[in-house]
Amino acid sequence: MTIMQIFFLALALITLFAAVMVVTARRMMHAALWLILALLGVAVSFALLEASFFVVVQVVVYIGAISILIIFAIMLTRREMLDRGSQLTQNWIAAIIAGAGVFITIVAILSVWSGFSLIPADIPKSAGDIAALGKALVAPDQYMLVFEVASVLLLAALVGALYVAGERKK
Amino acid sequence: MTPVWADPINYIIRLLRELLIGWGLPPDLTHFVMSLLGGFLLATGAMMFVIFLIWYERKLIGRIQDRLGPNRIGPWGIFQPFADMLKIFIKEFITPAGADWLPYNLAPVLSVGSVLLIWAVIPFMVSVYGVDLNVGVLYLIAAGGFGVLSILLAGWGSNNKYALLGGFRAIAMLLSYEVPMVICLLIPVMYAQSMSMNTIVKAQDVWFIVTAPVAALIFFITSVAEIGRAPFDLVEAESELVAGYNIEYSGLKFGMFFVAEFLHAFTVSLLFSILFLGGWRGPGAEQIPILGFIYLVIKTFVVYLVVILLRGSLPRFRIDQMMDINWKILTPLALVIVMVTALVDKAVSGLDSLIKAVILLVINLIVLYITSYLLKQSSKRLMARKVVSEKRPVAVYRPEQS
Amino acid sequence: MVPLSWYLIFSAAIFCIGLFGVLARKNSVAILMGVELMLNAVMINLLAFWRFLYPIQLDAQVFVIVIFAVAAAEASVGLALIISAYRRRNTVVAEEMDILKG
Repeated sequence: MTIMQIFFLALALITLFAAVMVVTARRMMHAALWLILALLGVAVSFALLEASFFVVVQVVVYIGAISILIIFAIMLTRREMLDRGSQLTQNWIAAIIAGAGVFITIVAILSVWSGFSLIPADIPKSAGDIAALGKALVAPDQYMLVFEVASVLLLAALVGALYVAGERKK
Repeated sequence: MTPVWADPINYIIRLLRELLIGWGLPPDLTHFVMSLLGGFLLATGAMMFVIFLIWYERKLIGRIQDRLGPNRIGPWGIFQPFADMLKIFIKEFITPAGADWLPYNLAPVLSVGSVLLIWAVIPFMVSVYGVDLNVGVLYLIAAGGFGVLSILLAGWGSNNKYALLGGFRAIAMLLSYEVPMVICLLIPVMYAQSMSMNTIVKAQDVWFIVTAPVAALIFFITSVAEIGRAPFDLVEAESELVAGYNIEYSGLKFGMFFVAEFLHAFTVSLLFSILFLGGWRGPGAEQIPILGFIYLVIKTFVVYLVVILLRGSLPRFRIDQMMDINWKILTPLALVIVMVTALVDKAVSGLDSLIKAVILLVINLIVLYITSYLLKQSSKRLMARKVVSEKRPVAVYRPEQS
Repeated sequence: MVPLSWYLIFSAAIFCIGLFGVLARKNSVAILMGVELMLNAVMINLLAFWRFLYPIQLDAQVFVIVIFAVAAAEASVGLALIISAYRRRNTVVAEEMDILKG
């Protein structure tokens, strides 16, 4: 058991515990705070995977913006009686069976794959190069179309969210 | 090998590492212990420095307001912050009833922590920095995001609707002002071809405030808004909103918010001088690294002086005025200047660096002139709108009808 | 040296916890939080495969950037819809929004 493995196990434990608390917390605000911890755990696992750019993007986008959006939505849709009683629907047992079934299926399918127990090889220094990523996103023969479609999607979401959530002027 | 007096910090680091290896520690454990020690010393040094900053600011604000500032405790009042610290340490922690324990206590810690995180990527000298992240500039935004989170936790964890409202207004303002800040931070990144803070400092043969004054102005304004200082201090307006999101905090927890605010102001000045004023660059800074540190400190204190002057002299903005400034002026200006700079930078990329600097400066000044012209037009239109009725006399002289 | 299987099992676990959250929670905002967990699990999966199998190529990184954009767009539109529905029907519980039910 190397240091990295112990560290990964501790990280996985914390993140999975936070994820379980997200889906079972009684008060919505607590669920949002556990979500922030789970996203932080995911960011640290990105760092373990040596994807340094995505660690920072995860913190900026998910923790700095989407989590705060979720908390605002919780605040704006609060009713006094909402946090009492069971937070789970009637057929939550079926949901557990579905979740466990999907998990077992995924692990079973992957475990017969030959590369399942790969050990990380040393990657070349140029693998984390952000300039190459930036060039690839706007190069016409690489991913420019993906980039443009994503920007149109964001514009549509911006306009749509403003229209849907805006107050109607009487 | 640079002499001891030119680079004392690296000398001490070398000594310490040889000492630890001499004691038999394996090299990666040595590295880990040294990193831990370095982080601890940096954070402690920053917090100790806040004591001086508090005194400096109070004296300066006092002089701006035509009074002396603290002058009782010690000569020129230099022991005043120690007296303040003592008072804050011995105050009782009053926790409001119904406050959620974890968010309430985590908020001050996260507030100070988010500022100290920024100090990890700052290059103090050519060879002394915490870590040379290749995404240093984006890391600054991420650390700011934790500060926003701390305000949210404070506002909600206090179980007080005024704290909650104050917290939401603060977050709305902070998130809005992040947008032009991130956009205008693209310009030093474009000039230096890298997001690493070290590379940005090393690429400043001509200071970026000369080749990108509009970006520097936008960064300065949005940073002053991010730290919640006047004229943007609606988030902690003592005279409105009952002191905002930190009303329910007492004692050292409030002291942590207080320290975080002062340290954030200084950190923002540090960032401005690194990104736009050349950081540690100056005559002889590469050969004698300690000189670079002195240059950085001088530049930072000049910027900090400007921040304090702004605080002492400008009245507070209303929340709708703040949002107007951000979304109607700063964001379009930031987008326009990024596009213009990208085009011009590509067009003049082959020229000599001095001519490039002059051309970029001229283009920036043209953009600034057009912006100020448009602002004047729109303010004339606003002034022309009638908002009050015509002046009419209060009393009319009617001669007696005989 | 953390083998690939650990990362894959980790991301599958987060995915399934998110799936349980989507299927079993009453509050619409909680369903959205489950969706965010699922998206994060997918990102870990992609980056694990990138790191272990194709560290030179950039496909996975572009994919993850697109996932960030899609997650932000979907979270904002979803929450706008939930807030708008709350204003009309004064409820946020997914079961009670049943006008279109047969």
